[in-house]
Amino acid sequence: MLSVKGLKANVGDKEILRGLDLEVAPGEIHAIMGPNGSGKSTFAHVLSGREGYEVTAGSAKLDGTDLFELEPEERARLGLFLAFQYPVELPGVNNMYFLKAALNAIRKSRGEDEFDAVSFMRLMKEKLKVLHLDDSLLKRPVNFGFSGGEKKRNEIFQMAMLEPKLAILDETDSGLDIDALRIVADGVNALRSPERSMIVVTHYQRLLDYIEPDYVHVLAKGQIIRSGGKELALELEEKGYGWIVDGEAA
Amino acid sequence: MSAIPAEAIRAENQADSSGQYDDLVNAGYEHGFVTEIESDTLPPGLDETVVRAISARKGEPEWMTEWRLSAYSKWLEMPTPTWAAVHYPPIDYQAISYFSAPKKKDGPKSLDEVDPILLETYEKLGIPIEEQKALAGVAVDAVFDSVSVATTFRKTLHEAGVIFCSISEAVQEYPELVQKYLGTVVPPTDNFYTGLNSAVFTDGTFVYVPKHTRCPMELSTYFRINTANTGQFERTLIVADEGSYVSYLEGCTAPQRDENQLHAAVVELIALDDAEIKYSTVQNWYPGDENGKGGIYNFVTKRGDCRGHRSKISWTQVETGSAITWKYPSCILRGDDSVGEFYSVAVTKGRQQADTGTKMIHLGKNTSSTIVSKGISAQHGQQAYRGLVRIAARAAGARNHTQCDSLLIGDKSSAHTFPYIEVKNPSAKMEHEATTSKISDDQLFYCRSRGLSEEDAVSMIVNGFCKEVFNELPMEFAVEAQKLLSISLEGAVG
Repeated sequence: MLSVKGLKANVGDKEILRGLDLEVAPGEIHAIMGPNGSGKSTFAHVLSGREGYEVTAGSAKLDGTDLFELEPEERARLGLFLAFQYPVELPGVNNMYFLKAALNAIRKSRGEDEFDAVSFMRLMKEKLKVLHLDDSLLKRPVNFGFSGGEKKRNEIFQMAMLEPKLAILDETDSGLDIDALRIVADGVNALRSPERSMIVVTHYQRLLDYIEPDYVHVLAKGQIIRSGGKELALELEEKGYGWIVDGEAA
Repeated sequence: MSAIPAEAIRAENQADSSGQYDDLVNAGYEHGFVTEIESDTLPPGLDETVVRAISARKGEPEWMTEWRLSAYSKWLEMPTPTWAAVHYPPIDYQAISYFSAPKKKDGPKSLDEVDPILLETYEKLGIPIEEQKALAGVAVDAVFDSVSVATTFRKTLHEAGVIFCSISEAVQEYPELVQKYLGTVVPPTDNFYTGLNSAVFTDGTFVYVPKHTRCPMELSTYFRINTANTGQFERTLIVADEGSYVSYLEGCTAPQRDENQLHAAVVELIALDDAEIKYSTVQNWYPGDENGKGGIYNFVTKRGDCRGHRSKISWTQVETGSAITWKYPSCILRGDDSVGEFYSVAVTKGRQQADTGTKMIHLGKNTSSTIVSKGISAQHGQQAYRGLVRIAARAAGARNHTQCDSLLIGDKSSAHTFPYIEVKNPSAKMEHEATTSKISDDQLFYCRSRGLSEEDAVSMIVNGFCKEVFNELPMEFAVEAQKLLSISLEGAVG
């Protein structure tokens, strides 16, 4: 599904990613953990095509297609989804209207029929049910005036609607209380499928209590310095990052 | 407008990206073509003879000719206004031709008799003058250059007692109404351009809605400037008698031209006791090329007089065209409990300049006014909101709410806000809100990461920004306006 090889990327003159390798197979959930400034968010942004990052070496392929050749919207249409750490507010833009436009842009690019209002509503209701969400957020402008928890739930709802092949959750747990965290995690779990892969970027282990990853990677100084199963996350929780990072350095 | 120096809020755009979306903005002007049709045109120049000639060609009665001549002599004494934040070379008023009418044989009695080239022009513009439009319930009094050539649905309106005709016709057929109301809201001496308009106006629209009558359909007039170098001096007069209601739609497009074309229209609205007038405009005149060459100068005076108690006048405008816009649709809230509204979306891109806003003059007791202004500037677009809210000493219990938002696109555009507030009655309640924002890179990236193209993202964000105003437009017009805005701003973001 996703194959990242020797990825190096700069922000300005500063090298943030320094040769990152990652292979994600269909249906797998990979957690990427690491201390602040290790390059976790940069990795998520570089994959989704945000401006302000310069890829200097390496490649990232989604089902064999080079992501770096594509515009952000083309990556989305290919099946990549980024759940934002800080979802952006779009005042005046109705949430449902936004989702319908996005979904139809994706469908159109794949040569599929665009949804009319009726079939879109039907799909929406179905997804709300799967995620145990109510429709209160849908009539409001996108993320505008949403609480932190509402914003994250909205991200998960968008993910459900757009049905990506690969979803990247960038610090989805940040700023959430335990109840909101559970709602979001339940949503993510409901969207697990053998065809869908996920990369969960997080600083803390607690999200992984709810979303059980197949693999855990530790990112430090722009490289993955250790990979393991979910027990690695527990070890990190207990000992902190210091022992691995310093161990590497020494 | 008087130039009152007051507090000015200036919001300059300090963005980082430059010109990266220019190609998208430079989508050509869609309505740029010229219809070949013989015109009966007066040679350029303006003096008393020309004023008389215009009046004579229109077969006007003596009083009308005198009214024009008096306006002309006063105009000669008047200075051009210089207080607006717009820049253009001085206009040579002697280089303009003041009359141009499509040649007609005997005057068309129905659409079949209308010059097919004219009809074709309308069709290219997507103006549905024919049966479809009639079926949609809209009567169209189409102004091609200066003379009305086709009017539909006059009969239905006639049965309701509503008069909807060209102002020239009104002068002939309803002289007592015209004499009673013409120039009573916007006197010829109001400003330089109203003086000029009063002297040389060639045509326009007249509407009279009788007492306790709800006009059975939305009235709609499409203006279109055609003959090169012909100034357009439209004159519109709408009178809503006691307890009546009328909604009027005005939309404009113009063919591409090299020389600047002056448009100095005057619109007067009068609402008597319990009457309501809703006036909506979509303005899309040629804005000039990317260097600002050749666009329309739109120097318009629009004013409504809430003359009666409990009367209401509502202006809604979507301004996307013209090289320069100088326009302040205003309300005089004379009657007690009268209501004035102004909803505006103005877009400036390329080298467009707009100085627009409103005046709400509260004279009556418990009068209230609402101002919602949305300005969007892209590329080198310059825009100023200029609004005056005046509460007279006797206007007890007056209220105003003003909301004035600017959206900047790119790093070369600018937006300025000049709110003037004069309150002479201590019981007044005033609210003023103003914001300036940018379409942020974050917003664009967010939309794109969901599969939307950049153009769709911009159009979505801009339409969201303008929503409060679009909500005020009649449904059909709102869709048109939204589309127009998307076309205007294709890729204007950075």
